[in-house]
Amino acid sequence: MTPNRGAKREISFVVNGDHRTVCVYPMERLLDVLRQQLSLTGTKEGCGEGECGACSVLIDGALVDSCLVPVAQAEGARIVTIEGVAANPRFSALGQAFLDCGGAQCGICTPGMMVAAVHLLDRNSAPTMDDIREGLSGNLCRCTGYLQILEAVAEAARRTAVR
Amino acid sequence: MRSDPADYEFAAPTRLEEAVRLLAEQPKAWLPIAGGTDVMVQFAAGTLAARKLLSIWNLPELRRIEISPHEIRIGAGSTYSDLRGHEVIAREFSLLARAASWTGGIANQNRGTLGGNIVNASPAADSLPALLAYEADLVLCSARGERRVPYVNFHTGYKQMELAPDELIRAVCLPRRFSGYFSHARKVGARNAQAISKVSVAALGRVQNGEFRDVRIALGSVAPVPLRLPETEHALQGKPPEADVIAHARRLAVAETRPIDDIRSTARYRAEVVGNLVVEFLEALGRANHDK
Repeated sequence: MTPNRGAKREISFVVNGDHRTVCVYPMERLLDVLRQQLSLTGTKEGCGEGECGACSVLIDGALVDSCLVPVAQAEGARIVTIEGVAANPRFSALGQAFLDCGGAQCGICTPGMMVAAVHLLDRNSAPTMDDIREGLSGNLCRCTGYLQILEAVAEAARRTAVR
Repeated sequence: MRSDPADYEFAAPTRLEEAVRLLAEQPKAWLPIAGGTDVMVQFAAGTLAARKLLSIWNLPELRRIEISPHEIRIGAGSTYSDLRGHEVIAREFSLLARAASWTGGIANQNRGTLGGNIVNASPAADSLPALLAYEADLVLCSARGERRVPYVNFHTGYKQMELAPDELIRAVCLPRRFSGYFSHARKVGARNAQAISKVSVAALGRVQNGEFRDVRIALGSVAPVPLRLPETEHALQGKPPEADVIAHARRLAVAETRPIDDIRSTARYRAEVVGNLVVEFLEALGRANHDK
């Protein structure tokens, strides 16, 4: 642990189940490393200051804004991005519900909304509308007016419960 | 313009002892970074002056919440989610649990820490009025040792605090003697989610034998530091929860605050809201019956 100005270092973590090692400046944003080095471009940049949730990922199961995480703090972590969510059959109902309910329009907020929804549904498989509003409160959408998104998450919870 | 990550040093000690040793060696050089919800915003804006960052995120010594019969000792690295999810905090310190629940969204709550909220020293910080109402103590640590200071003396002016350059906040201690109190918390902002407060209140009190007892009112966003209202509180002691008493308290409360015009609100609006919040609290407290 000898800090070195301007020095890149190797950081290892697990992304969507795969062990990855990247050579990075410690203060690079996790968001940029995911998008540029690992080509996981499903994670979007919106505000870049932790207000909009477009860059939401899961780190060790916790919902975080990847624009606010220095990549060095993700050393050893288990990261799940929207690509990992999409590949998980457990969440296929969620994507279908977004389609069926009109939960996506321009699409920039959609990956973050879905990652936040996964975080919620993992903890609460039968959320109330208030639970859904709170779970998604850190994610901004400028198209839908939110109701279709909230309904999509509620519908996904209902369909998952039926199965 | 965003900062260039190549310009920054970054140390990530795994133990608190190492972190305070680095601070002791170059006390003014290092900026501690925990969950990054404030520091990374400055980084994004290109306004982060420090060039050496000391990560204290997830240091186990800073993330413990310890319960003893007389107090709860909350590690300064505890996140808002940790606070919300803790049974004793939820039950006995609902002002703090509620403040944690309306700080940012879930992602911010998973990363933002109580110590960070204190050191960032915003007058609008959500958790600080609760610390005033509960008369919290802070445990500060450095390579020189630990010291314990009342939180009420910690913030001395806008973004000014009694923290030496080689010190970290280690823990926040709250006395466990308020479980029988009526508590009231409210945040007034542009919208419920993700908004920074225009005015916030954390208040506690009792009514016994038809009289206000030990009323504590703390406010955010109405002065350069989070503010308690000692004159208002004193005037209420032993008085009945009646309209003229409450109206007098309202006038005192407004006079004790020093709100300003800024991007989120105006001084005039804030003063009006302070009065409304104090009345709302006292009326609710008056209806609460503490006589057995």
